[in-house]
Amino acid sequence: MKRLSASKTLISFFYPGANTALMELAQSKGASVIAMDMVPRISRAQKMDALSSMANIAGYRAVIEAGNNFGRFFTGQVTAAGKVPPAKVLVVGAGVAGLAAIGTSTSLGAITYAFDVRPEVAEQVESMGAEFVFLDFSDEQADGAATGGYAPVSSPEFAAAQLAKFREIAPDMDIVITTALIPNRDAPELWTADMVASMKSGSVIIDLAAEKGGNCKLMVMDERIVTDNGVIIIGYTDFPSRMAAQASTLYSNNIRHMIADLTPEKDGLIVHDMEDDVIRGATIAHAGEITFPPPPPKIQAIAAKPKESAPVLTPQEVKANEAAAYRKTTRQQYGMLAVGGALMLLLGAYAPASFMQHFIVFALACFIGFQVIWGVAHALHTPLMAITNAISGIVVVGALLQIGSGNFLVWLLAGLSVLIATINIVGGFMVTRRMLAMFQKS
Amino acid sequence: MLSTGITSAAYIAAAVLFILSLGGLSNQESAKRAVWYGIVGMALAMFATVFGPGVGNYIVIALMVCIGAYLGMVVARRVEMTEMPQLVAALHSFVGLAAVFIGLNADFELANVRQLLTSGGDLDTLTGFGKKLADKDAVEIAILKIEVFLGVFIGAVTFTGSVVAFGKLAGKLSGTPFKLPGGHALNAIALLACIALMVLYAGGAGVWTMITVIVIAGFIGWHLIMGIGGADMPVVVSMLNSYSGWAAAAIGFTLGNDLLIVVGALVGSSGAILSYIMCKAMNRNFVSVILGGFGGTKGPQMAVEGEQIAIEADGVASALNEADSVVIIPGYGMAVAQAQQSVSELVRKLRAQGKQVRFAIHPVAGRLPGHMNVLLAEARVPYDIVMEMDEINDDFPNTDVAIVIGSNDIVNPAAQEDPNSPIAGMPVLECWKAKHVFVSKRGQGTGYSGIENPLFYKENTRMFYGDAKASLDKLLPMID
Repeated sequence: MKRLSASKTLISFFYPGANTALMELAQSKGASVIAMDMVPRISRAQKMDALSSMANIAGYRAVIEAGNNFGRFFTGQVTAAGKVPPAKVLVVGAGVAGLAAIGTSTSLGAITYAFDVRPEVAEQVESMGAEFVFLDFSDEQADGAATGGYAPVSSPEFAAAQLAKFREIAPDMDIVITTALIPNRDAPELWTADMVASMKSGSVIIDLAAEKGGNCKLMVMDERIVTDNGVIIIGYTDFPSRMAAQASTLYSNNIRHMIADLTPEKDGLIVHDMEDDVIRGATIAHAGEITFPPPPPKIQAIAAKPKESAPVLTPQEVKANEAAAYRKTTRQQYGMLAVGGALMLLLGAYAPASFMQHFIVFALACFIGFQVIWGVAHALHTPLMAITNAISGIVVVGALLQIGSGNFLVWLLAGLSVLIATINIVGGFMVTRRMLAMFQKS
Repeated sequence: MLSTGITSAAYIAAAVLFILSLGGLSNQESAKRAVWYGIVGMALAMFATVFGPGVGNYIVIALMVCIGAYLGMVVARRVEMTEMPQLVAALHSFVGLAAVFIGLNADFELANVRQLLTSGGDLDTLTGFGKKLADKDAVEIAILKIEVFLGVFIGAVTFTGSVVAFGKLAGKLSGTPFKLPGGHALNAIALLACIALMVLYAGGAGVWTMITVIVIAGFIGWHLIMGIGGADMPVVVSMLNSYSGWAAAAIGFTLGNDLLIVVGALVGSSGAILSYIMCKAMNRNFVSVILGGFGGTKGPQMAVEGEQIAIEADGVASALNEADSVVIIPGYGMAVAQAQQSVSELVRKLRAQGKQVRFAIHPVAGRLPGHMNVLLAEARVPYDIVMEMDEINDDFPNTDVAIVIGSNDIVNPAAQEDPNSPIAGMPVLECWKAKHVFVSKRGQGTGYSGIENPLFYKENTRMFYGDAKASLDKLLPMID
């Protein structure tokens, strides 16, 4: 840190909430510091969210560690040598780490339960194959979206209901993985000493919140302990480092994406755009000022808008609507018939009989056309156009009737009309045939 | 020589055959028979007319029919299926032009007959149409003149409109809307001028009125279609189809020929219905499409959040290899890239592995109603896996992979989510409900309509950039 200068940018995990002294040092040097742990949780920033990528590894590794310390199969088996019950796993906190743990655990074959204070993640939990543990608690929980995707602090009543539920299911659980964290606070106690005492010998508790004091206060940071009743509690904090190559690959990708965002011109020059939500959020010191904590992001993390349910119509209303629609179409039809009839009368009163005869033919042909064309398959609309093209070449008949004229001009124009109408007829029919021949069933 | 009665009988038969021919297009199998009804009907009509009363100059007829048939054959053989929209537009223009010629002829004949009548010449020298004219009284002549006028007017609009549509579809003219200063007011003035000329003409003014009308109507057709953008071409082509029918019907009235009237009415209503279906599929009314431009929006469009994430062929391949159900949504981009064969090959490979592969076709995909269906049929994709929008929209949530190939607006979720979007309310294919969506697209542009597409920014969407055909060919060897 001492070697930083105004022109330099540091990209690192920083935990600015806990490292005020270092942050002030960076400020005095005038350097820009980007804390990877401060990247806001919005969809655009997912690719540089190192906390998430590390949490993903931690979740996976937690299950593997648990399996390592757990003396049985995850999956239930019936073998010639006897029956093995499946392991029951409880994951507390369905954040990134929790979901990764759920996924790993279900794919190993364990019966997995999961709990989270945000009821809206139940869907995600169930999609991973775990069962969501619901509380009998009616009070609405605040939406996680308002706090940048993290769970808010729970009310005392809620916490009590939650502990009661855990106490109820604790004796059944073989493996418990706790991942509950609230930003910039100590980890809440969720797995109390009496729950540990009620668990079977050989059960495993993995506390991923160990760094912040642990969800289970019995744990010892960075150590594996065994309680008097034989429950193993693991408080490791270095799960990502236990899969170093994988963690490095993901973290370096996060950094690369961060640098890509910092250098919009792709010329290697860092443009520190403090208007950008992501960069602003992650920057804790810039141009001699401390910029922590950041203002809330302009964009809400998760769009969890309450669904608007369409008003359900009663059968009477449906009926009334149908009747109204029927009356409307009836009125429309009557109206059109009346207007049409009046127009016909008007026409008939003045037009000569020979015209009216042709007009009858015309009106009926229009009706037939409308009826017939509605039946044409959508898929055949192009052939329909081609064939109507061909038959509209019927104007050739008109030209043929005129071609016998003695007048040279008439003869010429009629001849030309015959020519182009024939192109239409032959071209139209042939291309229709070509197209229709291509349509085949599988 | 056939008598008038026999000719009429032949006309009735021809009309019935034409109706059967159009009705037969209700499904793919009966359609193959339907086209023969049409051909026989046309042959019958021509035969009866040529050998009917009052037709001469057989050598000219034979010559013209032979040349026309030859040209038609060449065109029909050579045309690529991707060029169908152009061909259809070109054929419309022919009908329009023929209608103009025949209308003009009717006017010349009329002048001829009147001269004979006033000079007391020998009416027996008149043939077919001329004889009919000689029998008409004053009111009938006035009506006839209006009919001639309508035929010529509609014919000229159809002709220039179709020529412009052809140019736009063939890429010879720019697809962007173009309007002269004055816009639709200019069209309205031109229309009023035509009506004034019609009154003059009916009142006995000479042939110059007719020539002027042809010029003005031609201008209207040109200006009208120039103002309409490329994405609205399905409506334009259907509309011109309709016009060509009405032009034929107007000629039928002029000549007192019922067959022409029947066929014109059939074609006219067919085009009208197609236009209606296309407009409905875009949730816009006919007038707003024809007058060009999108309807007014009420406020700023929703900002699109997120970014477009690119993916390479191997990523798409692994997703496809794992998928059980795949839906492919083709658009005009597939036609432009000529990618239908590669698509077909992809489908064949996926189906060989027992995966469910289907196509979702939006009614306005492509530049012609049903364009995509024809292209897929050409590439030997069986038609029973090609679905319409309504048939497949509910299946997207159960689909593993949706592949969007060269379509944009028809898969734009803004139509449902953003009431301020220019396409708000347009029915769209809800492909974003599939587990993965891959979008094959040239680059990050917004396409014809210039509307931002939030689909490309969705979390389950990956952009598979590049020419559709090249991308698919890269993908094919990786599917196993």
